[in-house]
Amino acid sequence: MISTQKLSISYHGRTVLRNASLVAEPGKVLALVGPSGCGKSSFLCALNRMTDLLPGARVSGQITFDGQGIEEAFASPVELRRNVGMIFQKPNPFAMSIRRNIELAVREHGRHSRSDRQRIIESVLRDVGLWDEVHDRLDHSALELSGGQQQRLCIARALALKPQVLLMDEPCSALDPIAADRVEQLIRSMRGQYTIIIVTHNLAQARRLADHMAVFWICEGVGEIIEYGETESLFRSSANPLVTSYLSGRSG
Amino acid sequence: MSRSDLSLRIISRTLAILSAAIVLLILGFLVRESAPALQELGLARFFTDPGWHPLSGQFSLVPMIVATLATSLGSVAIAAPLGIASAVFAHFYAPRTLAIWHRRLIELLAGIPSVVFGLWGLVVLAPLVARLGGSGQNLFTATAVLGLMILPTVALLSDAAIASLPRAWIQGAAALGMQRWSIVGKVVIPGARRGIGAGVLLALTRALGETMAVLMLAGNVVQVPNSLLSPGRTLNANIALELGYASTFHRSVLFVSGLMLMLVVSVIVVGISYRRGASDEWR
Amino acid sequence: MSGGRFHASATTPTRRHQIPEFFTAVAVWMAAGLVVATLAWILIDIAVRGISQLSPSFLIEGVEDAGRAGGIGPVLFSTMLILMVTLALAIPLSLATAIALTERVDQDSRFARNVRRCLDVLAGVPSIVFGLFGNAFFAIMLGLGYSILTGGLTLACMVLPILIRTSEQAIVAVPNEYRYAAAALGLGRSATLFRVVLPAAAPALMAGVVLSIGRALAETAALIFTAGYVARRPESLLDSGRSLSVHIYDMAMNVPGGGSRAYATACVLVALLLAINATTTLLLHAAGLQGRSVGGKG
Repeated sequence: MISTQKLSISYHGRTVLRNASLVAEPGKVLALVGPSGCGKSSFLCALNRMTDLLPGARVSGQITFDGQGIEEAFASPVELRRNVGMIFQKPNPFAMSIRRNIELAVREHGRHSRSDRQRIIESVLRDVGLWDEVHDRLDHSALELSGGQQQRLCIARALALKPQVLLMDEPCSALDPIAADRVEQLIRSMRGQYTIIIVTHNLAQARRLADHMAVFWICEGVGEIIEYGETESLFRSSANPLVTSYLSGRSG
Repeated sequence: MSRSDLSLRIISRTLAILSAAIVLLILGFLVRESAPALQELGLARFFTDPGWHPLSGQFSLVPMIVATLATSLGSVAIAAPLGIASAVFAHFYAPRTLAIWHRRLIELLAGIPSVVFGLWGLVVLAPLVARLGGSGQNLFTATAVLGLMILPTVALLSDAAIASLPRAWIQGAAALGMQRWSIVGKVVIPGARRGIGAGVLLALTRALGETMAVLMLAGNVVQVPNSLLSPGRTLNANIALELGYASTFHRSVLFVSGLMLMLVVSVIVVGISYRRGASDEWR
Repeated sequence: MSGGRFHASATTPTRRHQIPEFFTAVAVWMAAGLVVATLAWILIDIAVRGISQLSPSFLIEGVEDAGRAGGIGPVLFSTMLILMVTLALAIPLSLATAIALTERVDQDSRFARNVRRCLDVLAGVPSIVFGLFGNAFFAIMLGLGYSILTGGLTLACMVLPILIRTSEQAIVAVPNEYRYAAAALGLGRSATLFRVVLPAAAPALMAGVVLSIGRALAETAALIFTAGYVARRPESLLDSGRSLSVHIYDMAMNVPGGGSRAYATACVLVALLLAINATTTLLLHAAGLQGRSVGGKG
């Protein structure tokens, strides 16, 4: 279980998100929705400390993992990221072979025999439904794959590290509708095995995928979480009129 | 931070410091080797001695300094207008394909070794200049070839400076009905003057630092030149000609002249880099 | 560097306005034409006079009669050895420096600024001063004498700024997506660098190396008093050896009747440099960095 307490994020002194407190329950899908620029992606990046890589980014507040602060739970940001995988909006496989894309991190994080690695590659590619499409060209460049296939390869690559949490930043928005549908199905099939936190602008997708939902909003120029709850009940009724109108497609 | 990350940082930073220290090492050695001459002879004698007769203890550097300044400034006077015109040509006058080839040729020109320029100047240009009188190995020939050699520096940096101008300026000027020549003269060149200025200054450092072409073309007679057609010897050429056999004070004085060159060039380079400030315009 | 081209020509009503427009255009075309014509003159001159002297045996045979006869075999060999020494020192040093300079994501630490300023000054140091330094430090103080080693180490100091600058650009040009992807997969900084960033930067890094080889090949003044003049085939790195450029200088200036052989050698040198120029362009193209050039130094 991953949760945040009063998380605030700023870039070069300008606050983009303040006092975000959330809980992502194990094995459930949590969707982060809201208009552009309200700090959803920054929030996601803070969860695996990717903010360390962004110039001028500062994070304050608490992130806990199974009840422990992430600093205690993990020896380093690197350790944290092994357990909290991330999928980006634009598929970003390395310009290497399909095999090498998956192996790269696996090899870095422990000793595996060649047959172990082969087994891991096959199993994660099967998990993302890519095995039948690529098993005869594992040594071809990953850049030869279509966008949707690349995105599934990126998910496979993350799964190979056996993470407990997957962070997804609009994983379908750069794909064509058919490929997007394919990835969405994949995410649905992973429900129960992984804690998934997904940023999406597609409210219908959030409704189809997510168990819980957090609505971000810009209040006085700064992002905040204005609503959090079970997806269905939020869609049916929310105490906050802003949320009601946003979820019904009337604003945002 | 993991151990491998830490050792990467330590090793890379140590080697970076080493790289940066080379310039200090060079400066240190020049000072060390110059010290005997500077202490025993003093700086003034390099300017007041009657002539350059190192074997009989006369160490006037004046003729060499004058020749160095004459060839360097002269070559900048040739390279600056041609180089700027060349950049303007590639941006505003040449059709697209021609512009690409023009840039490529200029880059090629930048890569030709100075000794090849020297050879061409010696065999082809000097006999032509000799028709004006003398042997053809004189300051004029050296300056002309030097100008050609440093032209790419002006051209490429001006080109970059012009390319980085906001497009809207030029479009705005054109929308006001300004003609091409006045857009270039009144908007583009003034707008890009810092970049062009840096290019001209860098070209000056190239000219001050050049040895081979001048050594092969200037005639190498130690005298204060009285016209462009008289032969002369630059500081660089003097070092190249005499370091092989120089000893004691003579050698030390050659290092003094090297130190002078290095200091002048460094002051210009540091000046450019401060003026450039933290912006990364030319990186 | 090739920015957008701006078409700013306007139709002009009065004659008074057309005169300066016309003369500026003529002046600009003439200036550009003059530059191109002179370059062509040099290249054609080198090719015409050089090729007539060239033969396969010229590239292999030893230097005889002070260069008036025989070939440039030992000179080519010495040049190659000097280059190898240069690269053996300059590549690791510049790669490490470039890594240190690109360590911070926001790029502009004081450390990096100061190192860059030192390198800018180093890039401006006149080549004859490198000769003085190499002579005093490597040849005399370290006792290496006039040798391949002294010459190669001196040239390494000289090409270092270019090599660092190009390596830095190559590393910075690797898309940040790669770094983020690697970080998200839990790769540490060094693993990200060696497994992902450097392999992706490899073609551009190579282009920098090739460019530096070009600079080193073109250099003469720094070599005369470090690698020396000896035209025999060196037996070891501690022997003196003559580079192609020094050979051209010596044949042109010190050997009466050496001019035609100097031209033949210049032809070889220019051909090598043209090949290097083409290789750099191709490598940068492969790296998606075409159109980047670095101001030249002869």
